[in-house]
Amino acid sequence: MDISTQNTEAPPPAPQPTTGETKRAARGATRPGDRIFLGLSRGSGILLLVIMAAIAVFLTYRATLAIGKDHGNFLTTFEWNTNLNPPVFGIAVLAFGTVVSSIIAMIIAVPIAVAIALFLTHYAPRRMSGPIAYVIDLLAAVPSIVYGLWGALVLVPNLGGVFSWLNDYLGWTGIFSWEGGAPRSMLTVGILLAIMILPIITNVSREVFRQVPRMHEEAALALGATRWEVIRMAVLPFGRSGVISASMLGLGRALGETMAVATVLSPDFLIHASLLNPGGGTFAQNIASKFSEATEDGRDALIASGLVLFVITLLVNGAARMIIARRKEYSGANA
Amino acid sequence: MAKRIDVSGLTAYYGSHKAIEDISMTVEPRSVTAFIGPSGCGKSTFLRTLNRMHEVTPGGRVEGKVLLDDENLYGTGIDPVSVRREVGMVFQRPNPFPTMSIFDNVAAGLRLNGNYRKSELNDIVEKSLKGANLWNEVKDRLNKPGSGLSGGQQQRLCIARAIAVEPNVLLMDEPCSALDPISTLAIEDLIGELKERFTIVIVTHNMQQAARVSDRTAFFNLSAVGQPGRLIEIDDTERIFSNPSVQATEDYISGRFG
Repeated sequence: MDISTQNTEAPPPAPQPTTGETKRAARGATRPGDRIFLGLSRGSGILLLVIMAAIAVFLTYRATLAIGKDHGNFLTTFEWNTNLNPPVFGIAVLAFGTVVSSIIAMIIAVPIAVAIALFLTHYAPRRMSGPIAYVIDLLAAVPSIVYGLWGALVLVPNLGGVFSWLNDYLGWTGIFSWEGGAPRSMLTVGILLAIMILPIITNVSREVFRQVPRMHEEAALALGATRWEVIRMAVLPFGRSGVISASMLGLGRALGETMAVATVLSPDFLIHASLLNPGGGTFAQNIASKFSEATEDGRDALIASGLVLFVITLLVNGAARMIIARRKEYSGANA
Repeated sequence: MAKRIDVSGLTAYYGSHKAIEDISMTVEPRSVTAFIGPSGCGKSTFLRTLNRMHEVTPGGRVEGKVLLDDENLYGTGIDPVSVRREVGMVFQRPNPFPTMSIFDNVAAGLRLNGNYRKSELNDIVEKSLKGANLWNEVKDRLNKPGSGLSGGQQQRLCIARAIAVEPNVLLMDEPCSALDPISTLAIEDLIGELKERFTIVIVTHNMQQAARVSDRTAFFNLSAVGQPGRLIEIDDTERIFSNPSVQATEDYISGRFG
């Protein structure tokens, strides 16, 4: 930004008679078209920063008000009672639920999405991969409330069998124990979120895998690699950073998903060791279910929880960028 | 080790388009054979039929026989993957795996073939890099990415990768066309050394290069655009460049067309 600004700002023109020579020598930015475009693009950039700053200031201001009034510990209290005087609320349950449900979603969705993307780019016949890719695009276009309804009306009634199976075989771990409550739990939410983030991860991964240079695949083939070995040697390493970016896009959606979670989960303000027992909550779900009936203080408290979600998302993105940057010299970019 | 290649009646297609037609030739072990001819005459296609890489292209199809010593590469029950482990290939553009270190690039083929102990791998990688005249330049940075090398070094890295698995035949598809003259010279010297261990087939657009490195030269041509390429003649390089038996060869070599 700095450099381009310096380059495009012409020095004040010397007082010379305007000949054809000097006109041509003038910098690009002095032509009307360039000036307008420069103004527009610079303006857009500044606008983005202004909007971000406005949001951050708003969130921080209202959040500070709320946290000042909080009679519990904002980070560790297992309660959300903003109608008390003084109010008592904490984000521990929400942070746990948000992170856990997103992790479940990622564990389920990323391997399946990568497998679908590999199938579409390297195994499926061309006339088959087109329609499949189209269906996946459709999946991305379904509104989240529809996923929520499907989850509540189809997924929840049918998960009982799965849950009791998990309880029978893996119940001893504690994570998969089930006391027989309605399957409106963190695992249900995780499964639903996995389905919702599957299309975006698949689409971005497919695009990345399609861009693997043919010559790298041929290099592996010529060494006597089987199709799977070609994928392992040339395709997956090349697409690694792209798959990470794709997963982060999916994770962003999972962390912030509201309506689907609110429709499926039966929330409470406890941290359950078991993923199968109903209860828990997420930031977005909590905001959605409480906002309309909240008092002024209650709204500020919800805004404070939204700020925490904002920070978590930023941290996750930063971590992903670090992972990508750490192996930059091995990336396909300098091939 | 080095094996004889015996091709008879080989025709290759891209879908319904016939790219090369009815090619027969013999390549002696421990020799360098150069393929020359105008663009589109099917040299590269023919080269790629020798390690069954042609059929990797969508629509690619081959008829005819390629005998490696006595084994038909296109016989029933022959796995193309095992053919490619026996017949190595070096490509036009240097293509080391960008996500692997120099060491891992050379070891890539070995790791496909089986389990080697770390010390064995070290030995083979060193030997292969020495064989490709690259060892002295990279021995201190084996763990650095291969894509950080110069173009000529990358191409020698690819040669090291190909010879690490001890193939019987080494195919080279215009290996110097993306390189500067100094790097080209290094590769040509290397080819001269490698032919003592491998049967080498090289496609080149550079006729001086064919004259410098090869023992035998095959001239390919096509009668018109869209027609399949054919083998016009194959003979000792000296004879092709001094006194070829077909007029078209002489016209091409003396620069009258192509």
